[in-house]
Amino acid sequence: MKSTPLCEKHVQLGAKMVPFAGWNMPVQYEGILAEHHAVRTGCGVFDISHMGQFVVTGTGAKAWLNTMFTNNLDKLTDGVGQYSMMLNEHGGVIDDLIIYRLGEERYFVVVNASMIDEDYAWLIAHKPEGVTLKNESADYVGLAVQGPKCQEVFARLCPGVQLPVRNGILSFTEGSDELIVCRTGYTGEDGFEFFCPAGQGVKWFEKVIASGAKPCGLGARDSLRLEMCYSLNGSDLSPEKTPLEAGLSWCCDLTKDFIGVQTLRAQKANGRPTALVAIEYTEKGAPPRHGYEVQLPDGTPLGELCSGVLSPTLGKGIAMAYVPTQYAKAGTEVRVVVRGKGVPAVIVKKPFLKK
Amino acid sequence: MSKVPAELKYSAEHEWVSSAVDGVVTLGITDFAQSELGDVVYVDLPEVGNTYAAGDSIGAVESVKAASDVYTPVSGEVVEVNEELSNDPATVNRDAFVAGWICKIRLNAPAELDGLMDAAAYTDFCK
Repeated sequence: MKSTPLCEKHVQLGAKMVPFAGWNMPVQYEGILAEHHAVRTGCGVFDISHMGQFVVTGTGAKAWLNTMFTNNLDKLTDGVGQYSMMLNEHGGVIDDLIIYRLGEERYFVVVNASMIDEDYAWLIAHKPEGVTLKNESADYVGLAVQGPKCQEVFARLCPGVQLPVRNGILSFTEGSDELIVCRTGYTGEDGFEFFCPAGQGVKWFEKVIASGAKPCGLGARDSLRLEMCYSLNGSDLSPEKTPLEAGLSWCCDLTKDFIGVQTLRAQKANGRPTALVAIEYTEKGAPPRHGYEVQLPDGTPLGELCSGVLSPTLGKGIAMAYVPTQYAKAGTEVRVVVRGKGVPAVIVKKPFLKK
Repeated sequence: MSKVPAELKYSAEHEWVSSAVDGVVTLGITDFAQSELGDVVYVDLPEVGNTYAAGDSIGAVESVKAASDVYTPVSGEVVEVNEELSNDPATVNRDAFVAGWICKIRLNAPAELDGLMDAAAYTDFCK
């Protein structure tokens, strides 16, 4: 089991540690509900040091990455990033990621913790001569600072520095520390992801907390992202499902050629076999969880929940599942089976939390 | 260390059971159990009138992240459930041993109580 450089600090702050994607991570400190509400109304900070960072440089970097990822890098200017996906030959999702353009032929890629090795191996296997791919995942401590008060926190953290625009990236030096700030997140709130040298991580984590952010664990991170219907790889995304089935066609440019595009074009022309839908309880019931069956009200099985939680903001069960496309329409009545009992629910438009 | 009232008996599954009054005991989960679970958001109560054997799952206590079965360490019939937990499941977090009780069971085999841990043994068990 791997630990981030902040592990001891988490324990000191009273965190409950759990295994996640091969890492020993804090699931909560004070409690998931308090941390969830802190991010929706104030500001929270999450350790995201387990996530991976790659740097891709060299002549041909952009052209090559455009064949590896679904979104189009031609849309980016220096200092701007985009959400994108890396697919297998069948159009299934290997990983979802954010890629930032640092220069015409220089890119910073943030990938999922559980996928660092697999992503790196896949990229290296397809990499042309002249392009350099570096796995810098161990070099950084990453902190996701999220919530409506994040700008005030940043102003206290780095006085005089301007946060980049939405999806922007900024590199700067504070003291002798090389820092990277990306205006993005995984909670549906305004926020930024802050990367500093691994050896300086504890110091910056303490500074972020002293600047007004509440330490938050993976539990709140999961409930926050699910209220926004943000996909979690391994739960909502899989090598067996395409981004079109996952409802992520907006980050797939089918006019360019990339690995897996043929399947996506065929699905666009002929229809998707399944679709990832948002399901909301219409009555009180036990919290929906990964693996629970979804049925039509007459008992016909439709699929299994990929993700589920009792939404702390909405106070009701919310979940996502792949169902056959003919049942994917908002308004379709379903039920979620919990310990043999069917809880009435309905398919709704994404996201659950309308802002 | 969480509270462990001296007058109760305890199971290895972290349930507490009161002494019998007219053959009926009260059952809940311990303060240690609620603290391990975190914010309780749902309690699946047993049905009044159901009969269970010792060791049966009679319901569940669920936090945001986890669902935990509740096992009865005694055999008998459920005669009352704490309906208040449907409205305010977090009562289990605030007051696991009193207001957070789950159900009352009419004992079929009162001697089963003797097989449970006392407060001192349970305190050791949680270490």
